[in-house]
Amino acid sequence: MLTRREALLGSVLTAAAVAVVGAAPAMAGAKAQNVAGLPREKVTLVAPPFVHPHDQVAKGGPKVVEFTMKIEEKPLVIDTDGTQLNAMTYNGSIPGPLMIVHEGDYLELTLINPDTNTLAHNIDFHAATGGLGGGALTLINPGEQVTLRFKATRTGTFVYHCAPGGAMIPWHVVSGMSGAVMILPRDGLKDDKGKPVRYDRIYYIGENDFYIPRDEQGKFKKYDSAGDNYDDTVKVMRGLIPTHVVFNGKAGSLTGENAMKAKVGETVLIVHSQANRDTRPHLIGGHGDFVWEQGKFANPPAKDLETWFIRGGSAGAALYTFLQPGVYAYVNHNLIEAVELGATAHFTVEGKWDDDLMMQVEAPKAVAS
Amino acid sequence: MSFDPVFTFGTIAAAALIGLGVNHAIDGTLSRSRVPMALAELVTLAPGSFEHPRPGEFLKDNHPAPAPVAKEIIDKPLEIMKFQVTASDYDRCVSDGACKPADSRLAGNVPATGVSFLDAQAYANWLSAKTGETWRLPTDIEWAYVAAERFRADIEAGDGDPADPARRWLTLYRNESALGRKADPEPRPLGAFGANSKGVADVAGNVWEWTSTCYVHATMSGGAVASSVSNCGVHVVEGFHRTYMSNFIRDGKSGGCAVGTPPDNLGFRLVHDRSFLRAALRRLGLT
Repeated sequence: MLTRREALLGSVLTAAAVAVVGAAPAMAGAKAQNVAGLPREKVTLVAPPFVHPHDQVAKGGPKVVEFTMKIEEKPLVIDTDGTQLNAMTYNGSIPGPLMIVHEGDYLELTLINPDTNTLAHNIDFHAATGGLGGGALTLINPGEQVTLRFKATRTGTFVYHCAPGGAMIPWHVVSGMSGAVMILPRDGLKDDKGKPVRYDRIYYIGENDFYIPRDEQGKFKKYDSAGDNYDDTVKVMRGLIPTHVVFNGKAGSLTGENAMKAKVGETVLIVHSQANRDTRPHLIGGHGDFVWEQGKFANPPAKDLETWFIRGGSAGAALYTFLQPGVYAYVNHNLIEAVELGATAHFTVEGKWDDDLMMQVEAPKAVAS
Repeated sequence: MSFDPVFTFGTIAAAALIGLGVNHAIDGTLSRSRVPMALAELVTLAPGSFEHPRPGEFLKDNHPAPAPVAKEIIDKPLEIMKFQVTASDYDRCVSDGACKPADSRLAGNVPATGVSFLDAQAYANWLSAKTGETWRLPTDIEWAYVAAERFRADIEAGDGDPADPARRWLTLYRNESALGRKADPEPRPLGAFGANSKGVADVAGNVWEWTSTCYVHATMSGGAVASSVSNCGVHVVEGFHRTYMSNFIRDGKSGGCAVGTPPDNLGFRLVHDRSFLRAALRRLGLT
């Protein structure tokens, strides 16, 4: 155990040291001093699918928005059979929380790696510029913390993930270490014609592919710690066929009592991230009214989509106004992944049924002879 | 398979030799064979009648309605396995080449799981041939009678609202969620879920059971079924709640059409149809 841990830390530190050399000078600079005069706001993060309170249209000028995330290594159950993942998490959840700022704001994250953890971690923000997305400046050992600030220069939804160097990168990501940032235009979202659009609710769905090793009998193996599973897990990862494809860390995490809720007439923004692998969300019985497939709000949204494509390593956003009550399934429309591997969520939508949109003209009966 | 005192007391060996000398008592009393190799564990239920919500989907005035409740009569003693067919029972059928290996890798004194309706039927046919007696899956009515206070039927959502089909879908979804049953996938040794008031063990535990009743769409007129179309490619499965599965499904989690809690495992137990001749012989002390 101890040997394994030392080996992992060793390889991580080497990779990080190389990166830090090039990135360190970027810390200084005249512009950074201007930031000192900006107003600051502290935001408390909430676990997905929920999102911290935020303004859709920015009030006032740019500010520094402060977030804190604690990294937690802990076993998590990822399906109804009790299969266990030695998870690595940002703030205890898979995915990590969605962080929202506006264009021109500064996102300032304090990342804490408690000494109860066994591995070194960092964070690579796809929204950030330079320094390996911040990865080069944030590598921390158990018992350390670090604060990184980056300027939100481009609008959109962006993935963040752990990237502690070399073979550690994909392993940390498929152990749960990813999340998303949303950078809103200061004047809010706009439709394809530039007309402002708003949402009544927002949900954040992080999709994960997991690669759990099996024993000789074909049963999923359990490991005492993350380090113990590394060799076996990499073998499964190299096959590129996940054993689980799930939303929010577990098959069924967004169903039943935890199904997402909406009302007829409400507009919902669904942010969907996948840090590692392509996916294709589809709302069964609904649509994407306006979809930023690539997640970048400088591009006009696509309209009336049936299914949208989220590239591995990106986050997208879909805006939909529910028109009909009922139970909706939100799936990865590779239906094998949805049904067999776990990528299914539900919406329960209350409201008045519209016969004009749909009705059963005649109930099932024997074929007329 | 080596001799194991635990499973020789189980259903399999007992069931296979049931015709050779069984003492029967009515209602809740175990019947034990005196065959040295095995003790049969059957429960015989006295005839009776009870109120039973019928299986299937029911339409009234073109919209979904709750299942009608009918008075059902069990008119002769019902003899059923006290325990579900075990993995080692089932393995014997596999060894004989009459059954396909189950999906579950568990062996011994646990219920056979990972078996489809077709597998259950193959087992019943094999056991019947082996013993010269009739073994079969219970009907949905028989299962409900045996399950007694542990019978739940379908998760209901009441009358459909003709103006708003979504209302029923949402109610059903809520009712299923409200059951709050957590997945419990690992089969337990026989008897782990205890016996019900009829002395039948493990009813509505974490192994759902196949029945011989076909899925049906029925149209109601007044309180009665006016017409129906049945689909015997899908059978009623009973357990913690009632559900419907295609005949070839072995894993309830992948076979359910509902959004809610699927069966943890699929298994079965069998009814023993006594032949009158054999019963008469037994009464005369000739067996």
